[in-house]
Amino acid sequence: MSEEIKNNGVLVEVKDLKVHFPIFRGLIRKKKVGDVKAVDGVDFQILTGETLGLVGESGCGKTTTGRAILQLDRPTGGQVFFEDTEISSLEEGELRPLRRRMSMIFQDPFGSLDPRMTAGDIIGEPLVIHNICSSKAEYRDQVEELLLIVGLDPIMADRYPHEFSGGQRQRIGVARALSVRPSFIVCDEPISALDVSIQAQIINLLEDLQEEFNLTYLFIAHDLSVVRHISDRIAVMYLGDIVEIATRRDLYRNPLHPYTRALLSAIPIPDPVVEAEREHIIIQGEVPSPFNPPSGCKFHPRCINARPSCSQEIPRLQKIEGQEHWVSCEDYLRAG
Amino acid sequence: MKPLLEVKNLHTHFLTDDGLVKAVGGISYDLHEGETLGLVGESGCGKSVSALSILRLIPNPPGKVVEGEVFFEGRDLMKVSEDEIREVRGNKIAMIFQEPMTSLNPVLTIGYQIAEPLTLHKGLSKEESWKEAGELLTKVQIPEAAARLRAYPHLFSGGMRQRVMIAMGLGCNPKLIIADEPTTALDVTIQAQLLELMKGLTRDFGTALIIITHNLGVVARYADRVNVMYAGRIVEKGSAKEIYGDPRHPYTIGLMASVPRLDMDVKKKLIPIEGQPPDLLHIPAGCAFRPRCNYAVEKCQEVIPELTTLADKHEVACWVDVRRN
Repeated sequence: MSEEIKNNGVLVEVKDLKVHFPIFRGLIRKKKVGDVKAVDGVDFQILTGETLGLVGESGCGKTTTGRAILQLDRPTGGQVFFEDTEISSLEEGELRPLRRRMSMIFQDPFGSLDPRMTAGDIIGEPLVIHNICSSKAEYRDQVEELLLIVGLDPIMADRYPHEFSGGQRQRIGVARALSVRPSFIVCDEPISALDVSIQAQIINLLEDLQEEFNLTYLFIAHDLSVVRHISDRIAVMYLGDIVEIATRRDLYRNPLHPYTRALLSAIPIPDPVVEAEREHIIIQGEVPSPFNPPSGCKFHPRCINARPSCSQEIPRLQKIEGQEHWVSCEDYLRAG
Repeated sequence: MKPLLEVKNLHTHFLTDDGLVKAVGGISYDLHEGETLGLVGESGCGKSVSALSILRLIPNPPGKVVEGEVFFEGRDLMKVSEDEIREVRGNKIAMIFQEPMTSLNPVLTIGYQIAEPLTLHKGLSKEESWKEAGELLTKVQIPEAAARLRAYPHLFSGGMRQRVMIAMGLGCNPKLIIADEPTTALDVTIQAQLLELMKGLTRDFGTALIIITHNLGVVARYADRVNVMYAGRIVEKGSAKEIYGDPRHPYTIGLMASVPRLDMDVKKKLIPIEGQPPDLLHIPAGCAFRPRCNYAVEKCQEVIPELTTLADKHEVACWVDVRRN
C-alpha cells in the first residue's frame, strides 16, 4: 500500500526562511546584544490539499514558522510564496486581499477569544474587515451557517465566550478561521489545551472540513501521535532548523534523525503490553537556549550517536535517494 | 499482606457560591508497598482532589472531607491530630505537583528548600541536611549539584525545577509519593526523562507511587494498576494489563478509542466521546456518564452503579455488560 501524496501542486513554498528576534540589554540606553534565531533558515513546500505536520519541543520555532508564513511575524530573511506570489516582500496593504486566503487556529481557546464579544461577532469579525457581506441579513446568515458547519447551534451566536466549554470555544476559533473561506489554515496546537475526550472531536472536525472545503493545513503540535494521525507529511524541527521531513509512513517506520527517533520513543503508546516490549530511547539534557545554540549540529550535545565532527560541521537537509525523505544528519548521510 | 494505603468511601465536597460541588463522591481503593497506581481521568473528575484529601490538604472552607477513612500504616489519617498529619506529610507521604514554576518559593535557595524538610522530619543539623540536599540533587541527575544548591529557582528550567521537586519528595525516604500531573507542563523529551527517573527511584527505594494524569500512554508505560475516574467516582479499576487489554466501562472504552496511537493504522478515524465532560454542579441522576454513553439503558438514569468485581481484582461500575452489545 503506497501512501498517496495529494499532489495538486505547491500552495505554499518557504525558501531559507529566517525569523530573528533582537535582544536588548540596558534600561536607559538600550543596546542590541544579539538575536534569538527562532527560525534559522528553513525550506519546505506545502502541497494543495495536504496536511503538513510540524513537530518539535517548545522554543524550537514551530509556531514562529507558522506565523511567518502568514506574515504575522515578518521574516528577517528568505522568501515565502503563496501560490505564485512572493508574499514576504509585499506591503501590508498589498497583503490584505491575500489574507482572505489564509487563516490561523490558535492553541488557547480561552485566551484567543475576546471575552467582551459575542460568539457571533467573533466569528463574523473577519467578514466585516474584508467587506465580504453586502447586507446585515447576509452577515447573519453567514455566521449561522459557520456555526452549523463547526457543529454549534446558531442560537449560541449571542452568547459570550465564558458560556462555552473549552471544546466549544475551539469550535468558535475554527469557525472564525473558516469565515473568510480560506484555502490555507495554520493550526497552532489546536487541541493541546483540550480534555482528552474532546480532542478527538476537534481532530475529526478538522479532517471533515479539510475534505469538504479542500483545505490545506499546516498542523503544528508537539505530540507526534496526534500529528501522525492527521498529517500526510511531517517536518521535525529542532532549535530553529528542520532536521527531517518525510511522509508520515516513512517518518514513523524509518526515522533517520536521532532526534526524531528520540521523540518517537518518548511518546508512550497506551498499551502496557506494547510498552513493555518497546525500546525507550531517553535523550539526556535539555533544549539549549536559541540565543546561544551549540556549534555545528545543534543537536550534538544531546545526541547518542554524536561524533567529534558533529560539533564543527553544520549538517544540511539532504534528500534520500529515490524517496520523499529529507534528513540533516551528517552521520546518517555518510553511512547511508 | 496488609496494604500500605487503604482509602475507604472517601467523599470530598466544596461549598461554592453556585452550590455544592461533590468533587469526590465516594471512592475506595488500596495500594501496596512498591506498587505504582495510575489515577486517570479528565480535568474535574476529582483525581487531584482525592489525592489532596488523603493528606488533608483541602482548604476548608470551601472544601471538606465529609466522609470516609484513609488508613495509612494502620492509622486513619482523617482522624489523627494536626501534629500527626504534619508528621506524615512530606515525611511518609510526599507530593509532587504539576506546576514546577509555582511550587517552589522564589526567594529561597534551592538548597534551603530541599534541606528544610530534612531538618524538620529527620532532625538533621544544618550542615548535615545541606550535604544531603546535595546528594539528593545528584540523585535526580542535576549536574554540579553542590554548586547549584545556592541557586534560586528562577535560574532553573521547568524540567530542572521538577527534578528539584522530586529531590524534595525523596528527601525523607517516603513510603508513598503522590505525583499530580508531574510532567504535563513539560516538553516531551523532558517528560520521558523525568518519568523514567521517578520510576527508577521508586524501584530502587521500594516506594509506592500514585501517578495522577490524563495521559493514557504514561499510565500504560509506568503503572501496575489503574483507577479510571469520572465525575468524582472510580468507574473502573484493575491491573494495567486488564484495563487496557479488556476495558469494560463505556467511558474507558471511549477514552481508548478517542486517542490517536503511534502504532495505530492512520486511516482509522478516531471515535470521540460525544458531549461534554460533566458539570460537577449538575451531575445527572444515576450514572454520571449516561448522557454521553452509547450503551445506556433505562436503569442507568435511576440508580448509580457500584463497582462490581468481574475477575481477579478487575472491577467496573456499569449496569451493562458491554461485551453483549
